[in-house]
Amino acid sequence: MSKELIRLTNVSMVFDGETTVLDNINLYFNDAEFLTLLGPSGCGKTTTLRIIGGFQKPTSGDVFFDGVRINDVPPYKRQINTVFQKYALFTHMNIYENVAFGLRISKTPEDEIRKRVDEALSMVNLSGYEKRSVNSLSGGQQQRVAIARAIINRPKVLLLDEPLGALDLKLRKGMQTELKKIQQQVGITFVYVTHDQEEALTMSDTIVVMNEGRIQQIGTPIDIYNEPKNAFVANFIGESNIVDGVMEQDYSVSFANRTFECVDKGFARKEAVDVVIRPEDLVISAPERGQIIGKVESVVFKGIFYEVMVAGETFTWKVQTTRAPAVGQLVGLSVEPDNIQVMHKS
Amino acid sequence: MKKKYLAIPYVGWMAIFVIVPLILVVGYALINRDGQVTLDNFRTMTQYLGAFTTSFRLAIIATVICLVIGYPVSLWLAREGAAVKRIAMIAIMLPMWMNFLLRTYAWMSLLENTGIINTLLKNIGLFDLINRVFGTQLSYFPMINTPGAVVLGMVYNYLPFMILPIYTVIDKIDPKVIEAAEDLGAPPVMVFRKVIFPLSLPGVLSGITMVFIPAVSTFAISKLLGGGMTLLLGDLIEMQFYGSAYNPYLGSAISLVMMVIVLICMAVMNHFGEGEGEAVYF
Amino acid sequence: MKKNGIFARLGLLLTMVFLYAPILVLIVFSFNDSKSRTVWQGFSLKWYLKLFDDSRILNALVTTVEISVLAMIVSTILGTMAAIGFFNMRKRPRAILMAINNIPMTNADIITGVSLMLLFVFAAGAFNATLGSLFGVEIRLGFFTLLLAHITFDIPYVILSVLPKLNQCDPNIEEAAQDLGATPWLAFRKVVFPEIRPGVLNGAIMAFTMSIDDFVISYFTAGSGASTLAMEIYAMTRKRISPEINALSTLLFVVVLTLLAVVNIRSAREEKAAAKREALLRQKN
Repeated sequence: MSKELIRLTNVSMVFDGETTVLDNINLYFNDAEFLTLLGPSGCGKTTTLRIIGGFQKPTSGDVFFDGVRINDVPPYKRQINTVFQKYALFTHMNIYENVAFGLRISKTPEDEIRKRVDEALSMVNLSGYEKRSVNSLSGGQQQRVAIARAIINRPKVLLLDEPLGALDLKLRKGMQTELKKIQQQVGITFVYVTHDQEEALTMSDTIVVMNEGRIQQIGTPIDIYNEPKNAFVANFIGESNIVDGVMEQDYSVSFANRTFECVDKGFARKEAVDVVIRPEDLVISAPERGQIIGKVESVVFKGIFYEVMVAGETFTWKVQTTRAPAVGQLVGLSVEPDNIQVMHKS
Repeated sequence: MKKKYLAIPYVGWMAIFVIVPLILVVGYALINRDGQVTLDNFRTMTQYLGAFTTSFRLAIIATVICLVIGYPVSLWLAREGAAVKRIAMIAIMLPMWMNFLLRTYAWMSLLENTGIINTLLKNIGLFDLINRVFGTQLSYFPMINTPGAVVLGMVYNYLPFMILPIYTVIDKIDPKVIEAAEDLGAPPVMVFRKVIFPLSLPGVLSGITMVFIPAVSTFAISKLLGGGMTLLLGDLIEMQFYGSAYNPYLGSAISLVMMVIVLICMAVMNHFGEGEGEAVYF
Repeated sequence: MKKNGIFARLGLLLTMVFLYAPILVLIVFSFNDSKSRTVWQGFSLKWYLKLFDDSRILNALVTTVEISVLAMIVSTILGTMAAIGFFNMRKRPRAILMAINNIPMTNADIITGVSLMLLFVFAAGAFNATLGSLFGVEIRLGFFTLLLAHITFDIPYVILSVLPKLNQCDPNIEEAAQDLGATPWLAFRKVVFPEIRPGVLNGAIMAFTMSIDDFVISYFTAGSGASTLAMEIYAMTRKRISPEINALSTLLFVVVLTLLAVVNIRSAREEKAAAKREALLRQKN
């Protein structure tokens, strides 16, 4: 569909010659795409972002922008702008001057500056705040200023480093939709770093799941949620029951002391695998009608569903259901073949 | 990043003007006039044991007095309202902006035999009274040129150095901590002993350091208020560098020993204060 | 905490009396119409007039101001650079360098003075014996060595007041500026420096006052070639005690008072503005 904009090939990052932060990252993304780097803290997502922004040089590997290698291009010469984690606003300047900074550096004429600052501020709903000082704004407002300041130079790519991390839950939800809207409005690539899987699922076109310096999976939110490639992704994205299993043959996997039909194939015979079942995919029934039998250990009301822990023979299953069984009751659990995900042990 | 290289000029500066001079002190301390390596300087120093003991004695007395005055003053100050605090702090700092020689000089005219204090006492007839009762021939109290005057000069000059760090630390104690202690049933004495005092220790330690070090090494105060009657370490060192007794080798040795003793004192004290947080320096 | 009782208030008051009585007496007798520093014999400004005729004092004053200003400028530049350098170092080398940096501050002044004197005497001796005798130049302790000594003991104060500002700085603002197209130098000038400016200014003021106030280190490093005000005061108190010193003290005290008042009024104004901003913010949330 759209053309490729940035590519990382075999990028590795080693700090102090010992700590490997990034291990052979290969990644590309397209124009006007909303791409999220998702992973727990320390997984290398921020380092990846900083390499793209030019704040760090990879130990090995190359970064291409529009087909040109940019490893040695300093940040101030890249058509990439960044929204920093704690906004990094200039507290000695007012809002107007903060937003205008990039244009002033490039010696843009004053009336052009005014026009574009107005534009940017109205895009983030902050018209009328020009004269205010940074410290007089709330966290959410500072966030918007940071975005306005970063898009004023009309970059090809906007890097966002956990931009909503400091905001409270409600504000975060609001900003998520707003960010997505801004991205579509300006039509540029957003590279978004977060450890919040829900945020990633809501906003992204493409999610890159990272762990311990390696890319675990790249895909659309739906792919990643429904078809996690390994136990880490499954566990990190949403809640999961992950059990040890053995692949008997194609379309047949055994775990919890019985054999299940499944949709996976192409494994070695008797290969030890991870089996992932989402809590909402387990159905509670009468004991005799279930594939797995267990005793209800606890029932916790979670708002729109109950989280039920069912202790089976080999594993305690987490189940989400809208009808609560009684604690201590024997129940059956069943699962559809296409809701059983079988993956290689990682 | 390459920004760390900005420190290079100063690192070079420190090497020349901080490290080398200290090495020179050590070097000079270990040689004699003819450039031979010897420990004679340290042997000669034993003659001046008196100056060592006097210096440390007076400095310790002055430090203790500063602490005894400074601690309650800091505590009281911390309890005042914001406006009083502000003004009082300025008032306490203000004399420090006057050169310590002038502050010391101010006491000279007060303490002299015909000085203001003695004149005042004479005018109210105190000496007549004493002479009548005890049959003495007193016409003034000898105050200047005594060790007491030197201690007074030290206390006067360095008291703010004691108050400031203690006050800063006490003032920073979260009132909620004290309320919590009171809430748990601690009576005021207990609150002080178990909460305020331990929390204020870092301030006390840096206060002691800031008073003791200049006090033990002073030479001007003893010259002005001690009238050369009390020979302190500082005087002794100064004499070796500027005076008829010119002997930088001995002077270096005395400086070295003084520095080492002070360092040991500080190390021991900081060891006691360990775990109480970092000392506050200004 | 509970409020102070009468006893505590009295204690505070007595402390103030103790601190100010000598200074007050000093000031009062600067206006005395006689050489006596104990008996009041009427108002006069003659000691002030005498002071302005005293060329030694005036020369010393000029030297002091020159030294203090020069030392302030050099130490502020070197110290700010060093602070930025230290800040960007790894923990270990930074800790070591900071420990060395603290030496002149924690050491007794007399030791700093004596050690620098040894260096200067040693260096001057070495120079005069070799290069100096070759070119017929002789180096002696004086203005220049005094300046070097002052810079040495001023820089630690500059570093100590700049470093906390660097710590407070959002580590990303410099990157943000570069990200927006500013070269590293421009990013420093436009963004980082304004953020640390209060610390730099404070450091400069501290360096200046330390230099103005110093006696001990100057005493050992100026040789016979230069004399500062503090050294002149010392000499006066040693030899010719005269109410001139009182007059000089009074003048210096008034200058300090005025300076402090100006600085304080300025910072009080800033505080007020900050409080206002805070109130606005609270209202909004």
